[in-house]
Amino acid sequence: MNRLSKKYFALPCIVWMIGFTVIPLLMIFYYGLTDKTGAFTLSNITAIATAEHAKALFLSLGLSLVSTIICLLLAYPLAMILRKKGVKAGSFIVFIFILPMWMNFLLRTMAWQTLLEKSGVINGILSALHLPEIAIINTPWAIILGMVYNFLPFMVLPIYNVLIKIDDNTINAAKDLGANEFQTLIKIWIPLSLPGIISGITMVFVPALTTFVISNLLGGSKILLIGNVIEQEFTKGSNWNLGSGLSLVLMLFILISMALIAKYDKSGEGAVF
Amino acid sequence: MNQPLIDLVSISKSFDNMKILDDLNLSVKENTFVTLLGPSGCGKTTTLRIIGGFETPDTGKVIFGGENITYLPPNKRQLNTVFQKYALFPHMNIGENIAFGLKIKGKSKSYINDKIKYALKLVNLEGFENRSVDSLSGGQQQRIAIARAIVNEPKVLLLDEPLGALDLKLRQDMQYELIRLKNELGITFIYVTHDQEEALTMSDTIVVMNQGYIQQMGTPEQIYNEPENAFVADFIGESNIVDGIMIQDELVEIFGARFACVDKGFGCNKPVDVVIRPEDIDLVEPEAGTLQGIVTHLIFKGVHYEMEVTTPDGYEWLVHSTDLFPVGKKVGIHVDPFDIQIMNKPASEDEEAVGVNE
Repeated sequence: MNRLSKKYFALPCIVWMIGFTVIPLLMIFYYGLTDKTGAFTLSNITAIATAEHAKALFLSLGLSLVSTIICLLLAYPLAMILRKKGVKAGSFIVFIFILPMWMNFLLRTMAWQTLLEKSGVINGILSALHLPEIAIINTPWAIILGMVYNFLPFMVLPIYNVLIKIDDNTINAAKDLGANEFQTLIKIWIPLSLPGIISGITMVFVPALTTFVISNLLGGSKILLIGNVIEQEFTKGSNWNLGSGLSLVLMLFILISMALIAKYDKSGEGAVF
Repeated sequence: MNQPLIDLVSISKSFDNMKILDDLNLSVKENTFVTLLGPSGCGKTTTLRIIGGFETPDTGKVIFGGENITYLPPNKRQLNTVFQKYALFPHMNIGENIAFGLKIKGKSKSYINDKIKYALKLVNLEGFENRSVDSLSGGQQQRIAIARAIVNEPKVLLLDEPLGALDLKLRQDMQYELIRLKNELGITFIYVTHDQEEALTMSDTIVVMNQGYIQQMGTPEQIYNEPENAFVADFIGESNIVDGIMIQDELVEIFGARFACVDKGFGCNKPVDVVIRPEDIDLVEPEAGTLQGIVTHLIFKGVHYEMEVTTPDGYEWLVHSTDLFPVGKKVGIHVDPFDIQIMNKPASEDEEAVGVNE
């Protein structure tokens, strides 16, 4: 096959990238940097400084961070157990784990809504057992729960994929040289699985930071994340310019966090960008 | 000799109901080079892993310097392992790799630096401290793995087929390196390999294993010249193993011809296995030989010719000789008495030479 005809295989990819990435991005930039009359302005960007928007942004950053940490703390031991189980049993457990992901994301989050409601399933069981009811629906905790539940597989899979590639004898060598379990974890396991940890963090933190569905369904209308604010500007407020401006700010924050993460990822294996 | 350093006492180990080791007993003396030799699946690596602490035996004890260490985790044992595929830490440079064990033990920075320099010199890789693992060849990585182990001053170095992944020339160089290292360090080496030439070259003691049993233990000369059974004879070097009948002391009958030998005590008219190494067969004029045959195969091997001589009973004798006898030539077979090795027929199936066509 000659080189010219090979090139045409890249065409769909190029069309896709231009049509669905580059042009929309340029449009967001255009709307974000203009006002309703089409004149250049930075007010959509600086609008992040208003109390309402800043609060939403910091709440988003905080909740995403907490969710990411919880996901990491749950996922790492799980990935270790999966690795120990061996490829056969491990893959089966991984399969069970990602099975819910085959169901609609909205449905699963709405299921949590039903479970957590004041008169929901969990409280029904608790009151039947004469235990105090829980009231976490419409609180930040419910949002964190929703984030962890939805994004945990994205943390487990990249870590598991890195862990299974680590040779048993590398671990044996560390123990052979006198390292105890904890030293082996700190000096061998974690550094060697860093690429997986980093892609896991990226894959959990970014969608958590931009979500508005989870906060809508589990946070009620009281808790506004930056995602909700942007969504409302597009849908209810019809202020595309402000929505785009805030989106650009959010993108900037994501870029900053990615840059911070990339600093610790020397190998570059875990980099998503 | 002094007390043995390591004593394995009736060790048994099974994996998934497969018996890997069965009632294995082995003593290793201080400052010796011991090689566990056998085909894959013979239990040699499992034995090493039990000594290293990476496996726990189902039954039996591991005694090290008089202490029972059967259940001691590997990080508490005074021995270090060189793994088959080096198992260097890829996220550390060479210096950090070597320093790993010393840092864990909390040694001072200057002590560690001196040790790194000393170890790199010992393995002929001076100045490699800051190189990355990836930038080293297989042979260099193996030297670093050895350096990383010996800086901890272990009493015993366990080596699990460390040269298996290297090419022939490098393997031979490393064999001499290992002998030199062992002599310089004055510690015990326990070496696992399936390569009989490697074992013969380096060891003080060879332990030939098959199917979880020790077949024979002895010096390389003993193992090569006086194999105790057909398995050992067949596994160590090439050999002709034929059925014979011990007519009386110092006389054995093979294919109807009587050969003088030096073995005694097998009884009269007893069936035995007879081992004759290919280089010990002298080809002579037909009438001068004890047996007569025809050369049926001839290959030039460099150092010698390899020939096959078929005797009337159909057996193809493997012969190594520097003299050329062309295919089709009638020859006589002569063997000196001390070159004939008589062995009892295997008493049980375990000892039988099965699946050893290396």
